[in-house]
Parts: sequence; structure tokens; C-alpha cells
Amino acid sequence: MTSAPAAPETRSPLRIVLWAAAIAVVLAVLPWVLDPYQSILIAYGLVMAIAVLGFNLLLGYSGLLSFGHSAYFGVGAYAVAFMVKYLRVESMELFILGAVAASALVTALFGYVCVRYTRIFFSILTLALSQVLWSLAFKFFWVTGGTDGLRVPTPKLLGVGMAEGDDKIRFLTHGYYYYVLAVFIACVAVMWVVVHSPFGKALQAIRDNETRARFVGLRVRAYRFVAFLLSGVFTGIAGALWVPLNGLTTPDILYWPFSGEIVFMAVLGGFRNFTGPIVGAVVFNYLKTYAIGFTVYWQALLGITLMVLVLVLPTGIVGTARLLWARARRRTS
Amino acid sequence: MDILTVHLFNALLYASVLFLIAGGLSLIYGVMRIVNLAHGNLFAIGAFTTASAVGVWFAGSSSAWLFLLVPIGAVAAAAIGAVVEPTLLRRFYRRPEEYQLLVTFGLLMLLEDLLRFLWGPYPISASVLFEKVGSLHVGEFIYPRYNLLVIATGVLAALFLWAFVYRTKFGVVLRATSQDMRRASALGVNVNLVYVEAFTIGCFMAGLGGAIIAPSQPAVLGMGVDALVLSFIVVVIGGLGSLEGALVGAFIVGVIREIGISLFPEMELAVLYVIAAGVLFVRPAGLFGRTA
Repeated sequence: MTSAPAAPETRSPLRIVLWAAAIAVVLAVLPWVLDPYQSILIAYGLVMAIAVLGFNLLLGYSGLLSFGHSAYFGVGAYAVAFMVKYLRVESMELFILGAVAASALVTALFGYVCVRYTRIFFSILTLALSQVLWSLAFKFFWVTGGTDGLRVPTPKLLGVGMAEGDDKIRFLTHGYYYYVLAVFIACVAVMWVVVHSPFGKALQAIRDNETRARFVGLRVRAYRFVAFLLSGVFTGIAGALWVPLNGLTTPDILYWPFSGEIVFMAVLGGFRNFTGPIVGAVVFNYLKTYAIGFTVYWQALLGITLMVLVLVLPTGIVGTARLLWARARRRTS
Repeated sequence: MDILTVHLFNALLYASVLFLIAGGLSLIYGVMRIVNLAHGNLFAIGAFTTASAVGVWFAGSSSAWLFLLVPIGAVAAAAIGAVVEPTLLRRFYRRPEEYQLLVTFGLLMLLEDLLRFLWGPYPISASVLFEKVGSLHVGEFIYPRYNLLVIATGVLAALFLWAFVYRTKFGVVLRATSQDMRRASALGVNVNLVYVEAFTIGCFMAGLGGAIIAPSQPAVLGMGVDALVLSFIVVVIGGLGSLEGALVGAFIVGVIREIGISLFPEMELAVLYVIAAGVLFVRPAGLFGRTA
């Protein structure tokens, strides 16, 4: 894979923490400023950001393009729905634990097969395996509800349920929103540590030159497997967080065009940056919502956007912004 | 015994259509090293064009001339291919695979809505041709004759393609470009022309697959996306970029699907995927694939 060398991360850790804290504060204030609809959109965006962050550990840091991340998202979502339906669980913490366990199991199984391949074969294989789950969810309708999906009521957060007489919108924008935000911040922090750890550096070395990485003594397949596992679990957590927000899970989130949307988000934000997937997920969510509201041919609109994006801005929003910023700074100094 | 014949016909029917789609996909990958995610939509365009030509534009006419309208779907798909390759896809051959997959994914979304825009959300049927040829008796079963026509088309297409690739001068140029684009170019082959032609042929095949099934099943939105995933299974089993692989893969998928539908209908698709994964596990490049 050819790539422009990433800009060296020269900023001090203190500045990064300050920036992150500022953004977290803004996100925390938003539900008090925006109307509920906008807050829910932001919550959707943050949930998808967790999924794309996980996805990007494979695409951006390992150089593996998965076209099957709908599978892990769907496993997380369906794990929650099954826990509600068959185990009568109500606690969100248990949901997340269940989703982590289920997605880790499925990802380990799929990953064991998939990491033997790279490039186009990896993409096709991840796609094909994700469709196994889709066809099962679709056909075993007496377990999964088929195309009707499974309903999921509002969960208990930290043991506290929705207050008596409280409406669901308020719960979603003021209770659940902060839950999502907290999990999001935790996930971003974990991913930041992962990609800046020796493990993350090893993944990037493998991405850039597999042969040399092997010479240095890295166990390429084992590293890829762990990356795959982490990536799938992140996406599974996003799936678990997504269900209570949506109230319903259907096989659509297991269908492969949803994987395509995840790839779209990563590229929109810029998969060569740590923050790219987060920006991409939030922006894509707005883009899709407004495209659907704007025209019935929203798919064509998004398709054209994607084609223009890869033609004109292959580094995505964040990559392009950084480039412009660097240019502006060079001019002033 | 007769029931086995019927099952065999069904398997061959399915294999014929799948070969046309997956063969086109494989041909395009073999020459240009690009996996076209919008390939299934070209199959759908073939089906919609033929269905509306037979069932809408010339509805009411019942003469045998209607059969001559069937290939129009293939021509429509080929025309789109001939436009898309030089204007859009050509820019991506030298870029990493993720961009190739993304641009064709964008194309898929665009074409899907183009179908919705041109033909609306309702299924279109060209069943007049299907009824016209009637049916025949296989022992105690009645089997539609049209399905045999589809099988014959699939076999003929495979033969033509083989003759074309292995017995004509253009076939030699095509294979040379596929093996070593730079050297072929240095020897005076107009590589860009070969690319357009190969892509157009691949799209023509997908369109033909859609066109010949339009009389037996209505053209619906979403058929392209489903067909793409199935043809992925075919090329994964047979080997991406190999026409022989597409043929064998289509046959295997056709047979397994027929067995699956009669024995365990819920698991039919899952079994296909598991077999595809199994083949990849044993032979990473598929049964007939070259290791990339």
C-alpha cells in the first residue's frame, strides 16, 4: 500500500489532553443548548464513531480493509436484544458486557480465518462471513424476529431506570446521551493508548512493510489477529449502545451495505488520522439524515459524494484540514 | 429419478445465470485487477431493461419477435460499462484497493437509485415470454421450457467466451494485458482500448444474465446487491480472475443451493458462505486462482 508519510506527532501530551478535555466539555454542554432532535443525532454520531474507531484500527493502522464490520455491530446489537428477550436483563452495563463477550467470540472465530489473507481477499472474505450472520438473522425469524427485528426498551443506567413520568426523549437526550458520551470517551482513550503503544507501532510497521516487520521478528499474523479482535469488540460495543437509541434491531445492520457505510465514514473523516473516523462518523450521520430528508434519491446523493471524495479528497476531512492548516502556518512564518 | 432431473435442471439454471454474472466480474478482475462492487447493479440494469422492453414498451404484442428484444438488457449494461470505465474507473487502477472498492461502492449506490428513478419502486415482469414457450413433462413433473433456454444461453455464452479468449487474436491481446500490462503496452498493445473492451464485455455478460432471467422472475430493486454477494461466493470458490473458476464455482454454488433449498432452507445461504470460507481456507486463491 502506498501512502504519504503521516505527519509526525510533535504536539505535547499536555496540549492533546487539553484539546480533548475542551471537546468533551463542548459535547457535554450540547444537550442543554441544542434541541432534542439534534442531541439524538449527535448521540448516534458518537455511537458510530466508536464503531469506526474500531474499524480504523484495521484499515488505518493495519492496512486491512474489512467489508464485514456490519457483522460485529450486528452481533453487539443482537446480543442486547437477545438478553432482553430471553434473559430479561435490563441493566445497560450487563448489555455492554454481553455485547463484548458475544462480539469477541464471533470476531475471534472470523478473525482466525480472515487474518490469513490481506488486500482484496481479506475484504471479500470479511464480507462473505458477515453475510452468514445476515442470512441467519433473516431466516431464523422465530429467534431473531426476521425483518420485523427485535424491540429493546430503555435500559437501566448504573441501576437507575427511566424515572416514572419521564418521557423517552428526555431520557435519551439527558440520561442516555451522557452514558454514550462516557463510553465514547473511554473508548477513545483506550484506542489512543493502543495505537500509540508498541503494539500499535508494530501494526503500522506491518502495514508499511510486512516482509521487514517479519525480519525484525514480529509475529505478523498474531498481531493482525489481536487487531481484528479489538476492532470487532469496539464495533460490538457500538452496536450495543446503538440499540437502546434506536429502540429496535433489524437484519439491516447485518447487511453488507451497512459495512460499506462504516468504510464510507472512515474515508470521509480520513483514515490516516486518529481523529478522522470520529469526525467522519458524526458528519456522515448528519449527511445521511439530511440527504434522506432532502430527497428520496439520497443513496445516489451519498454515492456521488463518495465518488467525489475519493477522487478529490482522498485524505478525508481531517487530512485535508491538516494540510490546509500546515500550508497556512508555513505562509505566515 | 425424475425428481433428480428436475433438481439438476434447477441447479444448472442457477449456475448459468451465476456464471454470466461472476464470469463478468472475474474477467474484469483478471484484466484490470479491480473488483467492481457495482457489478450486480449491471445485472439488475439488464433485467430491468429487458423486462420493461418486453413487458411495458411492447406490451400487448405477442409475436415471437419479442424474443429478439431479450438481449437489449445486455446491450444497455454494456453501454453503461463502456462509459463508466474510461471516465471513472480508469483513474483508480494505480491507487490502493480501498479506493477502488470505495469508488465502485459509490457507483453501486448511484446505480441503485438510478434504477429506482427510471423504473420506480415496483417489480417489472416480462413473463409473456416465459408463458409463450410453455412447459414440458419430465416424467410426472412439469418443467418450464424457458428454464432450458436459459441453461442453453449459459452454456453457449461459456463456449463463446472460451473461443473468444483462447482462439481469437483479441483473446491473445487480452490475456497478454492481463498477465503483464506494461510489457503488452511496450509491444504496441493499446492497453486503454483493451481495458474498455474487457470492461464492456464483463458488463455485457452481467446484463445478459439479468436479461435472460427477466422473463422468468420479475426485476426488483435490490436484486443487484443480492446477486453481487452470490457471485462473490462463486469467484471466491473458483478463484478471482479465472473464467474456468467462475464456471466451476457457478456449478458448485448452483448444486449446493439446490440441495440446500430442498434439505435445509433456513441454512441455504449460510452453507454457501461456509463452503466458500472453507475453500479459501484450503486454497487461498480459490480452486483455479493465481496467487496474487
